[in-house]
Amino acid sequence: MIAFLIQTLRIAVPYLFAAAGGIVSERAGVIALTLEGFMLTGAFCAALGSYYSGSPWVGIITGVIGGMVAALLHALATIRYRADQVVVGIAMNLLAVGVTRFFLRLAFDSSSNSPRIPGFGVSDVQSGVFSSLANPLVWLGIITMAAVAWLLYRTPFGLRVRAAGEKPEAALSVGVPVKRVRWLAVVVSGACASMAGAYLALDQHQFTDGMTAGRGFIALAAVIFGKWDPKRVTIACVLFAAAETMQIRLQSLQLVPSQFVEMIPYVLTIVALAGVVGRAAQPAALGKAVD
Amino acid sequence: MTNPAVQTVEAERRERWRARIEESILPPLVALLIAAVVGDILIIIFGQSPGEVFRQLLEGTWGNAYGFGQVIYKATTLTFTGLAVAIGIRAGLFNIGAESQLASGGFLAALVGLWLPAGTPAVIAILLCMVAAGAGGGVVGAIPGALKARFGASEVIVTIMLNFVVLALLNYIVAAHIHVAETLHTPEMHVGSVPRLTAVSALFAGSAANATFLLAIAAAVAVWWYLFRTRPGYELRAVGLQPDAAEYGGVHVGAVWARTMILSGALAGLGGLNYVLGYKHYYEEGFGTGSGFLGIAVALVGRNHPVGVIIAALLFATLSQGGLAVNALVPKQMVDVLTAVVIIAVATSVPEVRRALANARRARGTGNREPETTVNPGPSSQFPVPGSQP
Amino acid sequence: MSGSTAVRMTGVVKRFGPVVANANADLDVASGEIHALVGENGAGKSTLMRVLAGMYPPDAGSVEVATGSSPLRDVTGWSTREAIDAGVGMVHQHFMLVPTLTVAENLILGRELKRGLSLDLAGAEREVRALSERTGLRVDPSRLVSDLSVGEAQRVEILKTLYRGTKVLILDEPTAVLSPPEVLELWKVLRRLRDDGGTAILITHKLDEVIEISETITVMRAGRTVGRMRTADATARSIARMMVGREVALAGEWEPGTGNGEPVAAGSAQRAASVPGSPFPVPALVVSNLTVPSPRRPNEVDNVSFTIARGEILGIAGVEGNGQTELIEAITGLRAPTSGTVSIVDLAGAQHDITARTVRHRADSGLSHIPEDRHRRGLVLEYSVADNLILGQQHRFTGGASTLDHARIAANAASRITTFDIRPPDESLPSRALSGGNQQKIVIAREMGRDFTVLIAAQPTRGVDVGAIEFIHDQLRRARAEGKAILLVSADLVEILALADRVSVMYGGRMVVTLPGSDASAEVLGPYMTGASGTAT
Repeated sequence: MIAFLIQTLRIAVPYLFAAAGGIVSERAGVIALTLEGFMLTGAFCAALGSYYSGSPWVGIITGVIGGMVAALLHALATIRYRADQVVVGIAMNLLAVGVTRFFLRLAFDSSSNSPRIPGFGVSDVQSGVFSSLANPLVWLGIITMAAVAWLLYRTPFGLRVRAAGEKPEAALSVGVPVKRVRWLAVVVSGACASMAGAYLALDQHQFTDGMTAGRGFIALAAVIFGKWDPKRVTIACVLFAAAETMQIRLQSLQLVPSQFVEMIPYVLTIVALAGVVGRAAQPAALGKAVD
Repeated sequence: MTNPAVQTVEAERRERWRARIEESILPPLVALLIAAVVGDILIIIFGQSPGEVFRQLLEGTWGNAYGFGQVIYKATTLTFTGLAVAIGIRAGLFNIGAESQLASGGFLAALVGLWLPAGTPAVIAILLCMVAAGAGGGVVGAIPGALKARFGASEVIVTIMLNFVVLALLNYIVAAHIHVAETLHTPEMHVGSVPRLTAVSALFAGSAANATFLLAIAAAVAVWWYLFRTRPGYELRAVGLQPDAAEYGGVHVGAVWARTMILSGALAGLGGLNYVLGYKHYYEEGFGTGSGFLGIAVALVGRNHPVGVIIAALLFATLSQGGLAVNALVPKQMVDVLTAVVIIAVATSVPEVRRALANARRARGTGNREPETTVNPGPSSQFPVPGSQP
Repeated sequence: MSGSTAVRMTGVVKRFGPVVANANADLDVASGEIHALVGENGAGKSTLMRVLAGMYPPDAGSVEVATGSSPLRDVTGWSTREAIDAGVGMVHQHFMLVPTLTVAENLILGRELKRGLSLDLAGAEREVRALSERTGLRVDPSRLVSDLSVGEAQRVEILKTLYRGTKVLILDEPTAVLSPPEVLELWKVLRRLRDDGGTAILITHKLDEVIEISETITVMRAGRTVGRMRTADATARSIARMMVGREVALAGEWEPGTGNGEPVAAGSAQRAASVPGSPFPVPALVVSNLTVPSPRRPNEVDNVSFTIARGEILGIAGVEGNGQTELIEAITGLRAPTSGTVSIVDLAGAQHDITARTVRHRADSGLSHIPEDRHRRGLVLEYSVADNLILGQQHRFTGGASTLDHARIAANAASRITTFDIRPPDESLPSRALSGGNQQKIVIAREMGRDFTVLIAAQPTRGVDVGAIEFIHDQLRRARAEGKAILLVSADLVEILALADRVSVMYGGRMVVTLPGSDASAEVLGPYMTGASGTAT
């Protein structure tokens, strides 16, 4: 049972990181389709940093920087140039795939993975079930969601974010620089999502092409399913992670095909969109550009 | 002896044609320019010469028969997915699910092909497979369409989520039930294969290009006809441009959304025929290789017009094939990067170019000439709406 | 007058494209007074105040403000931020509040109270309560704005400006959304503000309120200031006369009480001699006990009944927001009523219930609709003139296999363009390239150029230049002469009085009075339009 919980936690960490960033971005009015791309970028940059410096801590820093740079590009296109958020979002994900592959070839001369890098992951065989808790990023992941909740509801910036995503005209009328708020929100989402990627790379001690495998979209699903509220989104992340853990453990029993468990987060989100969530809960100005 | 009033009307009409062409063509051109610059930078990083790389790229695609054939082959699928996304955008909908609609179409076509008895005449087999492909994609497209019409659910999110669901489902069906051992594809069909173009002309020398390409052209013509020459197309475009006015004009907006998503899905599904009927004669997991997402780029660069879609499809197919051709010099992943750059560049340049052109026109004084009058400006609480004044 | 000048605006000119919203407008407000800025819709009051509040700079003229310690100084073209800092704040007609935030959060947005790094929400709530005490604007700081009533939301808007130290408070049509008891509350607040040393400028067109609350009145008409008087010296009639009279080539004035409510607009033909004193014999549109909901309230249209006969124009006067829009939407099929019926009567006298029918069915049954918002409903701006001329009728221009018959569409366009003098006469032009007047002509050509029995015309001359206005009025008269039934809904009282055979007033979702046109005038209708004639809500 404990092992089940710990494994769920391990799987939930990247979702928690990315979803936290997704909440900030979407509450400010910018659609978070790019969590996947930011995550992948973060994973690669973390691998680079860790490899060349020999320290996984440096890897965390480079990973976050990489994610933030990608976020700046996204913000530039969608906020400054007011390009369509969905189109740019999809493109940024494609760009992340292309750029990471390109530099993977360039830096490590491989099309599939980097060499082994220093990291935080420890194999379960070695030190038993509690080894995961020694990974600092796991703790950081838990804290990040709480930090976002505090940021959103207890700081001036968070207040402006919520105003910018709900009714930007009202914010503008009292002098809030809505565009700048959105820029910051996007950069925060980039930093958070890239931490998710850094966690993955440092946990597995390498970067693999496409290693995020749709986790960014599961995080987005969690944000929507959790109605953009940190507490609910946390539950959603844990829920999705638990389902995955269950599937892994039951794999040998072949009770339910793994593909169906894979589908759970996505099906749940679709159902939520058709029913409870709908349009009422989402930030009213989500996806709309501001003058 | 032309009436001077008519002359001005003619001059204005020419001016407007020019403006319309400028607004359509400039953004993609600007975007391609940006992409070319970025490409140059990447090539130099890899220590190669841009000129050499681009030369080899052209040689490997339009310069030799096999390459050209491969370009045609890839452009075929991209035309279908591009048309799918374009018709959606014309109705104001974002179909991100072309990838899974493409896969479903191909899968259903393969199933039908396997199920038909061996002696079935080719024409019937191909027709049935076409129907199956369209149905496969159409069903997947119907779900977000219905959810949007009934619940107002965002088709962007639903199609993205559905992609994962459908692909997982297909993976399950194939892996658990219908695959050939050691592979991830279905058994080979013996009926309903579409002739390769190689059979027709040596021009395509052993490439995968096949007659489905003709179907793609036909589909583009059909879409053009539907959008611009029929009443449902008129209503579809109205819904995309101004849904409130369409409603006022008696159009059932939700029904148009649902119908369009089905059509869009069906178009993407037909794209599956290229691989399944024309190339490998079986369904294989991942055969789409991202053509569904690339369809978005194709629609965007093609400005959501069937003619533009064909041109853009050829462009992206050239890039893709060209990447393989220059793989020795520069990793083919550069193409992935360039593709994404083109999308972002087009998305940003459309509003920018429009603004620049409007400013230039105003400066030249060819904007709408309206004499200054005292006008009843309506209710006192209105903010001036940017862009509504000439 | 009370003390020194707080605000002086001189010769202000403001244009939006070809529209001249303010043409030489003046304003002189003394400090510590409640000042009413009065005029019809479109007189330029809001624009002038937005210039004062710093939302846009004037094209000409000057703005001077004296607040607090500083004397009168020139602030022409200042920004909203500067205006707020100097103590000039505006409460808009459409509230600028974030519905998902609490009252306290909305109050401090942009000027947040902090405690270290975090928000001092407790402190914000204290501020709200303190301000509430001082001003009498009672509202619970912890409630979500979306849960508030309109009156409470307005209180929050006012508190917002006061929190930022407003000394000159501008209110844009504040009572448009208030119930009578809430209006009284507002008056108490304004009086307290004045006693506290503040100044209030009230934009309104409701004359009863002006008399009740203000001390000085400035009257605007067609973008300029036409009068200034002390409220003590004014009567509703004298104010109305200033508001409504026109200068250019317009003769005649309201003769109160003579029953001759007929103004003569420039260039218009005299009304047909056969003005009906009694209703026409043949009904065409029958509306029975219609109740229509809106997101704001369940009976936006409250149990309305009326009949329009062939060859008759029924005019509905009334300030916008009293249910006219929803009434029209229910008749034309764009909004479902909760109860009641709408019927069209054919030539044989048979009544056809169209209450639950589609928009297209109604159109095919002879119902034409000129919508009040041509940009939103009436036209697809990107479509060509020809394509817009068949909007709503596209199924009639369809040939085999659902294809559009382009030859017929072009012929239709050519004929309409000529008949209705649409300029420029090019049917392939995108409609957004035409002027407002010509865009409206497209709508009118489409709706009136085809076969119809009943025409619903909503604000048909809004945003249209003077020449086109006359043309449109002419078309309406011609249609009436041909035996069509016309429902004319307009916020322009002069238009209604010039055209309608019978005049109704809508207030609070009800038709509060219906008079023969000959008995109607601004004086008679005014009280009904402002709810001051005893129809309690």
